[in-house]
Amino acid sequence: MTGKRIMSFVLIFVMVGLTIYYTFYGAQGWYSPATGQEMLLRTWEHLKLVGIAELLAIGVGISGGLLITRPGLKFLATPVTAIANVGLAIPPLALVAGVSPFFGIGPRPGIIALFIYSLLPVLRNATVGIEDIDRSVIESARGMGMSKFQIFRKIELPLALPVIVAGIRTSTILCVGTAAIAALINAGGLGQIIMRGQSVNFVALMLQGALLTAALAVTLDLLLSETEHALTPRGLQLNKETE
Amino acid sequence: MIELEGVSKVYPDGTEAVNDIDLNIGEGELCVLLGPSGCGKTTTMKMINRLIPISGGRIYIDGTDNQELNENELRRNIGYAIQEIGLFPHMTVAENIATVPSLKGWGKEKGRERAAELLDLIGMDPEEHMERYPAELSGGQRQRVGVARSLGADPPIMLMDEPFGAIDPITRDRLQDEFLKIQAEIQKTIVFVTHDINEAIKMGTKIALMKDGELVQYSSPAELLSQPKSQFVRDFVGADRTLKSMRLIQAKEAMKPSPISVHRDSDVDHVHERMKEEGVEYLMVTDEEDRFIGWVEIWDLETNEVDSITEALREDVGSVNLETPLSDALSVMLEEDVANIPVLEEDGKLEGILTFNDLQQVIGETYTEKGGGSAIPG
Repeated sequence: MTGKRIMSFVLIFVMVGLTIYYTFYGAQGWYSPATGQEMLLRTWEHLKLVGIAELLAIGVGISGGLLITRPGLKFLATPVTAIANVGLAIPPLALVAGVSPFFGIGPRPGIIALFIYSLLPVLRNATVGIEDIDRSVIESARGMGMSKFQIFRKIELPLALPVIVAGIRTSTILCVGTAAIAALINAGGLGQIIMRGQSVNFVALMLQGALLTAALAVTLDLLLSETEHALTPRGLQLNKETE
Repeated sequence: MIELEGVSKVYPDGTEAVNDIDLNIGEGELCVLLGPSGCGKTTTMKMINRLIPISGGRIYIDGTDNQELNENELRRNIGYAIQEIGLFPHMTVAENIATVPSLKGWGKEKGRERAAELLDLIGMDPEEHMERYPAELSGGQRQRVGVARSLGADPPIMLMDEPFGAIDPITRDRLQDEFLKIQAEIQKTIVFVTHDINEAIKMGTKIALMKDGELVQYSSPAELLSQPKSQFVRDFVGADRTLKSMRLIQAKEAMKPSPISVHRDSDVDHVHERMKEEGVEYLMVTDEEDRFIGWVEIWDLETNEVDSITEALREDVGSVNLETPLSDALSVMLEEDVANIPVLEEDGKLEGILTFNDLQQVIGETYTEKGGGSAIPG
């Protein structure tokens, strides 16, 4: 855990450092890198894309994922998780490109594409988190006279929470990367800088966008894995240690 | 306490799991539902606390039809322990045990007190285990905590589905003994499901043997062994049912009390005379406090020059306690290659003698006397 954490800090430090370096000293001949102001703006755009798409995905994904584990809708659980798994195999590029014929270009279609892509891991993990709970735990809860709601709130939810947060983490990291591709349909964000660098064939520009995107992904991963750890009940952490 | 009247269970696909069962379980009884897998014993048990809905018939608990009660309320008043235990992994041992008390709104402090009390009862130090998580316990401890949890709110009735099924035989034996001791104290009405005939004989005050959803025989363990109602029962209890029935009888029930014995300070010639008079070849020897210390043999007194009984004494011979089951007494006899064995109190005081003939006689009586098991010869 700590080894991974140190590694993340080093990576973030190096990547942000290099980005700053290219921003101030990256000029070559008549090629100039993105200014500090533009970098901040693009980063903000990038975070907005990810933030909005992810919040929507979390809302829809968790409620949908939990809903299909309830007795009446249980028949949906298997097909939905299957679709979610297959959906993750679609290349993000195809998804981004596929959205624009229907929704045009700009930030809004970008968010729609990102939402669809981020939804799947959240949805799948919410369902799997509940389904993977040992049946005997639920049975003994029922046998002792817990109501359905009590079982959900006191047993199922706390036990599924780490898995749900892990889904959010996967989804967020994927979303940060995919948001760079959303620049293809002019959604804004750091992808715009990468694409500009590519079109004029200037490496410093490409690195500015790419390194900062990567740094964002690593930072969010770090934050969310801490959250995941904090939300894992102590009794379950022990389980992992002994396994 | 629990009455089943024509209880049936038919699943939507048409399978008849339980067919028209009548069963009357008295207060303080430990009723074992016994049978091969798929015989409907677990289904029957789960219809009592309505985990499985009933298809036909009625189940009365303390005279009230269980369908008339709120199902969660009903379950909170019936202890429930299963083979897989199903402890809540994210809760401490104390929280697990206090599950039903907390559902009943006892309050946190009272729940913790109860948890400590129950840990004491099952022989686990409360100080040490209250704050532990299930992952930190051994298999046997988890099983114990599972039983403690089912006793949480002191329910008058308990349902136990192979509660000692998933542990090694040695631990299982110990847990069974411990549980029997606890049960002697708390006197719950228990429905206990198992497929293990030995466990059934050991634990049950009554055994309900089931087959293909039907009740085949409902009787005391001794009667089940001595008077099997059908070939199926005979086969199920096994060819060694004679040996099994010996497990139900304790040495004190079969022994001859106050046997002849001599004191170790007795005169050798006097003892010799006495043995000839009584026509015995062996005699038991005791110390000042009537504790058994060994045997003397008549040959030793005749052929060897012995000055005292202590010199001729044969020590290191087998003995049994008052509570020893006859099956164990028999194996001691076979191991020691003797036909007589002293029966002692806990402190070693000589209480009686058990002979091979006594064993034969008791077994014979078990077979003729209905519900035998407390057959006392002489």
